[in-house]
Amino acid sequence: MNNISKTVVVGIGNEFRKDDGVGLYVSRLIQERTDREIEVVDGVPDGYALIETWDDSSFVFVIDCVASENKSGTIFRFDALIEKIPSNLFDGFSTHSISVVDAIELAGTLGRLPKSLTVFGIEGKDYSPGTQLSPEVKMAADQLVDQILEELKLSIEKIKKGS
Amino acid sequence: MKSKTIKVDYLARVEGEGGLSVKIKGDKVIEAKLNIFEPPRFFEGFLRGRKFTEAPDITARICGICPVAYQMSSSHAMETACGVSVEGQLRQLRRLLYCGEWIESHVLHIYMLHAPDFLGYQDAIQLAKDYPDVVNRALKLKKLGNDIVALVGGREIHPINPRVGGFYKVPKKEEMNALGERLKWGIDASLETIQLVTTFPFPDFEQDYEYVSLCHPDEYPLNRGRIISNKGIDISAAEFLNYFEEEHVKHSTSLHAKVKERGRYHVGPMARYNLNFDKLPEIAREAAIKAGIGEKCHNPFKSIIVRAVETLFACHEALQIIENYEIPDKPSIDVKPHQSTGHWCTEAPRGLLYHHYSIDDNGIITDARIIPPTSQNQKVIEDDLFHFVGKNMNLSDEELTWKCEQVVRNYDPCISCSCHFLKLNIERE
Repeated sequence: MNNISKTVVVGIGNEFRKDDGVGLYVSRLIQERTDREIEVVDGVPDGYALIETWDDSSFVFVIDCVASENKSGTIFRFDALIEKIPSNLFDGFSTHSISVVDAIELAGTLGRLPKSLTVFGIEGKDYSPGTQLSPEVKMAADQLVDQILEELKLSIEKIKKGS
Repeated sequence: MKSKTIKVDYLARVEGEGGLSVKIKGDKVIEAKLNIFEPPRFFEGFLRGRKFTEAPDITARICGICPVAYQMSSSHAMETACGVSVEGQLRQLRRLLYCGEWIESHVLHIYMLHAPDFLGYQDAIQLAKDYPDVVNRALKLKKLGNDIVALVGGREIHPINPRVGGFYKVPKKEEMNALGERLKWGIDASLETIQLVTTFPFPDFEQDYEYVSLCHPDEYPLNRGRIISNKGIDISAAEFLNYFEEEHVKHSTSLHAKVKERGRYHVGPMARYNLNFDKLPEIAREAAIKAGIGEKCHNPFKSIIVRAVETLFACHEALQIIENYEIPDKPSIDVKPHQSTGHWCTEAPRGLLYHHYSIDDNGIITDARIIPPTSQNQKVIEDDLFHFVGKNMNLSDEELTWKCEQVVRNYDPCISCSCHFLKLNIERE
């Protein structure tokens, strides 16, 4: 049963592999900058656990790094309930687990999707050990934080209107 | 004479990168190989020159599925080197942490990686279409394991709370109690898991294995006990390298371990079960007998039933520990280093995990050796492939290939864990 008042932001990635941590950077900034009642999930252990993060919630935003040979810093946005997300954009957590795209498919099969699920990807550039984002990736991440905060405002207005 | 090769370049539903090849000439199998091409990882090299207290955190990074096993073997080995022993509630917390990892790892393998083989699906996502309740149960049970590891270990993957000597902080009683009801559900869910996997179709295939596992006088083995086998081994961890050795083979970046005198041996759930059936709690023994595997099980395809029985054990054991939990006086004991060597084995979900370290008077690691379960099972996997194909020549190539993959998955191999390399001796010296 989805809770109409619950909004979840999930950041995914490895903060110790530079741009791979951009999802966590974005979700943490959102937590800092919003005074609204949202739940921020700071990383998930695997794709299966991703499904658990949005159980009992209504509006969900997932942010991850993508490696698709596009220009670094490119922002992708998918409404996961309407569009099919290209599986090459969000690859697996490991060979033992499932990817973001597979987790969404599995949740759909099990009837465990939230009312709204938006998946953002930021094209990374450098995945070497370290905690600094590349300048163009950081710039895109800051821009995405503003964009998600705006979308959060709209989702909360929708909640208030009861739609 | 007609010859053919069964080849799987990339094994699916195993951790890490590996393949298999079986060469057949006429009606005879000539060769069966588990090809591991994941790069060597040199963790033993990384450890040299680091402080003895860093070993649990560094070795946890070897595996995202069984980091607790690495933390337990390394912590115990360092404590042995330093002449101390973690007892009482701290020891029980370690056992609880290990139970969490067993639940999480076993449930992942049973439902997501192994069950699709028996039910004829490519993966768990396809399985969920026809068995949504089964997959929902798996996700809930796996999360229970994850949450135990997160509570005791600080987070689900690569826990940050365990340390040499115990923990950085210990859970509150109410936090532990909150898991009680969920573990009671976990026991029921494990019983349902056993019932489910018992119905799977199992090929008729048994081998004369040398099983090797820990054995403790009073406990089903997790992190303490002597190393025993059904062919006469009964040794302490300090004697491990006198009885076992590793060798490099061309087709694997993972060293092959063997009993020096006899060759291949089998570690993991089936080894533990066959050598320790009497140490299982009554509820698990009864469920196993009811499932029809008896006190001994030699069919590797039925390892899925044994994993389900061990999941039941882990839920039961975790509940006992939680119900008897008292907050320890201190989260850890003092551990003072001196020049010494320590050896230890614990039971990772996939089997025996050997660690050995030498440290100097300042606690700096001067030598490290880690032998993970998948290294130890490689020869037995290849032997299973060899004999299974030999007995099933009548199957079509497609079906035989599928079954060969299944033969490998019977062992839940963690290829990433296994890729260490003897030649690291040339590093850093």
